[in-house]
Amino acid sequence: MSIRRILIANRGEIAARIIRTCRELHIETVLAVSEADRSSVPAALADRIVCIGPARASESYLNAAAIVQAALGTRADAIHPGYGFLSERPVLAQMCEAHDIVFIGPTAAQIEAVGDKVRARDEAQQAGVPVAPGATVGSLKEAMVAAREIGAPLLVKAVGGGGGRGMKRVDRLEDLPAALQLAAAEAQAAFGDARVFLERLIPRARHVEVQVLGDGRGGALHLGERDCSIQRRYQKMLEESPAPGLSDDSRQALCDAALRFTRRLSYRGAGTVEFLVDRQDGAFYFLEMNARIQVEHPVTEAVTGMDIVAEQIAIANGAGFSIAQSEIRFQGCAIECRINAEDPLNNFAPSPGVAREAIWPSGEGIRVDTHIASGSSVPPFYDSLLGKIIAHGADRESALRRLRTAVDAVRIVGVQTNLSFHKLLLADPAFQAGSLDTGYVERLLERNPKLAEVREYG
Amino acid sequence: MNLTAADIAEILRLVEGSTFDELSLEFEGLKLNFKRGADGAIARPAAPASPTAMLAPVEPPPVAAAAADPNLLDVRSPMLGTFYRAPKPGAPPYVAVGAAVEAETIVCIIEVMKLMNTVRAEVRGTVAEILVADGALVEYGEILLRVRKPD
Repeated sequence: MSIRRILIANRGEIAARIIRTCRELHIETVLAVSEADRSSVPAALADRIVCIGPARASESYLNAAAIVQAALGTRADAIHPGYGFLSERPVLAQMCEAHDIVFIGPTAAQIEAVGDKVRARDEAQQAGVPVAPGATVGSLKEAMVAAREIGAPLLVKAVGGGGGRGMKRVDRLEDLPAALQLAAAEAQAAFGDARVFLERLIPRARHVEVQVLGDGRGGALHLGERDCSIQRRYQKMLEESPAPGLSDDSRQALCDAALRFTRRLSYRGAGTVEFLVDRQDGAFYFLEMNARIQVEHPVTEAVTGMDIVAEQIAIANGAGFSIAQSEIRFQGCAIECRINAEDPLNNFAPSPGVAREAIWPSGEGIRVDTHIASGSSVPPFYDSLLGKIIAHGADRESALRRLRTAVDAVRIVGVQTNLSFHKLLLADPAFQAGSLDTGYVERLLERNPKLAEVREYG
Repeated sequence: MNLTAADIAEILRLVEGSTFDELSLEFEGLKLNFKRGADGAIARPAAPASPTAMLAPVEPPPVAAAAADPNLLDVRSPMLGTFYRAPKPGAPPYVAVGAAVEAETIVCIIEVMKLMNTVRAEVRGTVAEILVADGALVEYGEILLRVRKPD
């Protein structure tokens, strides 16, 4: 069958992004909105909006029954979940399967397989993908035995989900019992699942991930890698492709590992396989798979010239890939900044409100994905992402030059933004040299205390 | 005195045949304003009882459509779903225009994924209008019916 009308079960910049590709493909869009988003930019772009509930996400964007009912009631043949919200919860995919609605994403079973981080680790090992030494945790006694074997420093991580929630660093083994308790409580609150496991901490690691597409029948493509080491408390702030300084051999090994994992699951749709790469010896370890489109997908689109949303829709239609692996070309370098409504001078606290004025940059090699125009509201109920600026150039130096010019041209009035952080980052010689690891932002902020007067560690 | 729909239609006819551009009538607890449009046609009156007024739009903008008459109370859908006037097909509807309702009176069902949710009036009065067709998709916050406050 061919998808003619898609219900978009998301909001913000990704909703606007999905609508754009649907327009190009002559697919009608129905945007599910909460009461707070009736007047949003994506609501104006969609062919139709349907209000699924009040502002609070638990009663609207996380309400799978309302979303599926909205799709049935508006005769949409497919649902695009975007990222976040219900995109990685099996319930929406399951309900779509039960009601003959195409879910633009993996199967419910695949979402479950990668959502359980211990199961995903097992799958990775079965696929011959290296994982960091680790162990599941039964009793405290078992945990102590396992921890001694793994050695400190180590991480206590949540089985039920990633993103830094339910994660605790343990530098001395005597701190393990307390960390286990804290992590379990956090994991329970975040994922409704208190199970935790242990994994060796890789110090000075880079976060490198591979964009993959699976056709659901065992076929898989990789669209290259992205370096996402610029993070604060496990929240990515800037991403780029290719990963600076990564050797061709390492890149090939990472992409091959990601393909093995994708094929093992007969994965369907777009996904990202995340790795940690040890800066000391170049060894890499499987971290997790994100079974959805990612915030940073435009970086890959810029270097490959592909439209990942269009690929998602084609796969959901059963049409497979638009391109063969050997035809994918990687051209130049792309870097993306996430512009958030948050205050760097106040510990990056969210800053909701109304963007009375919003001026975004343009120019050669510049792409802006945003849902904020002058007068747009930034509701307090959702994430603080205002927009993404993606600069593409022939090499990293030219992409960086374009990005710095673009970031300087942004003007947002009415809400606080992290623009000052990005300006500091882009001007930093170590960043310009491409010397990145996941501790980089912490060190940068330590050297520039004005940007982070009050800080805590996650 | 009580105004009926026929009374208002009669008044409209009188205004249309007259040279007046505007007419304001005030009764106990009821105010009617008529204004002739620029092209000479009669604009939609503020009174709700006119048979031509208040057809449910195809895609109702729920917030904008709030009743202008302070004596009419909106009953809004507490969720997105399919609107049913009766407990099952063929059964008599929960309420019809003219029915007296109390806060606890069930006025319709909203079905979400085979789950039937009863909706109560939450207000007291007489059903003045039912704005949604049986079996239609209603959005969260959409006005389902209007209830006239008791005198």
